[in-house]
Amino acid sequence: MEGVKPRVKVPKKAAVGDVITIKTLISHPMESGQRKDKEGNTIPRQIINSFTATFNGQEVISVIIDPSVSSNPYFEFEATIPEAGEFRFEWVDDDGSVYEETKSIAIG
Amino acid sequence: MTITRRKTLLLGAGAALALSVPFGVAQAATVDEAIATFTGGAEATEGGISISAPEIAENGNTVPISVTAEGAASVMILATGNPNAEVATFNFGPLAGSRTASTRIRLAQTQEVVAVAKMEDGSFRRANATVKVTIGGCGG
Repeated sequence: MEGVKPRVKVPKKAAVGDVITIKTLISHPMESGQRKDKEGNTIPRQIINSFTATFNGQEVISVIIDPSVSSNPYFEFEATIPEAGEFRFEWVDDDGSVYEETKSIAIG
Repeated sequence: MTITRRKTLLLGAGAALALSVPFGVAQAATVDEAIATFTGGAEATEGGISISAPEIAENGNTVPISVTAEGAASVMILATGNPNAEVATFNFGPLAGSRTASTRIRLAQTQEVVAVAKMEDGSFRRANATVKVTIGGCGG
């Protein structure tokens, strides 16, 4: 799907062992498959069906998403920082598209 | 087998009952089934998990919710009054800083939101929150 834009908020720095809050948002209509158009035809479902956050390859959180999650899906959660490195965020669309975002975090 | 007058009446009553069930609402059985699939049939007890949701949501299209379950490996959220009860399932990885997650969900009508947690010790916990919805969020 075109024009899907992920936005992630991660602090730039943390100390080893810190627990930080991460906020993620991605622009997506999350068409539930329940709505009908003007002619009464059901608009086919197209949602983001999964989200994963990893840090240096280790999982922080993964979410299985159903159509009851609002459009522009938002997730907030916490992560422990064991070392400097990179967060990787991945959203998977029903049409097979994968939207990615990465954020680096330094120790200091 | 012959269809008697009495049987016809019974059939009619059954069909009327089936039709009177409001369309587009997850059946209680579906919610229980979804929980049973998640827990593998194990009983989910109260306590050890909390769900926070607004008491009144003016717009059912985006209702902020948050769940916390210390010691949980994963948490499933269910909206009992939506066409499909399953909302989202959070799995916490080794680097999860806490067993808390927040998101925004759609609620079709006033209903109970249920959170079921699978704890690391293999037990299951559940919590409910009732949300009054002024404008439903499922389109249609």
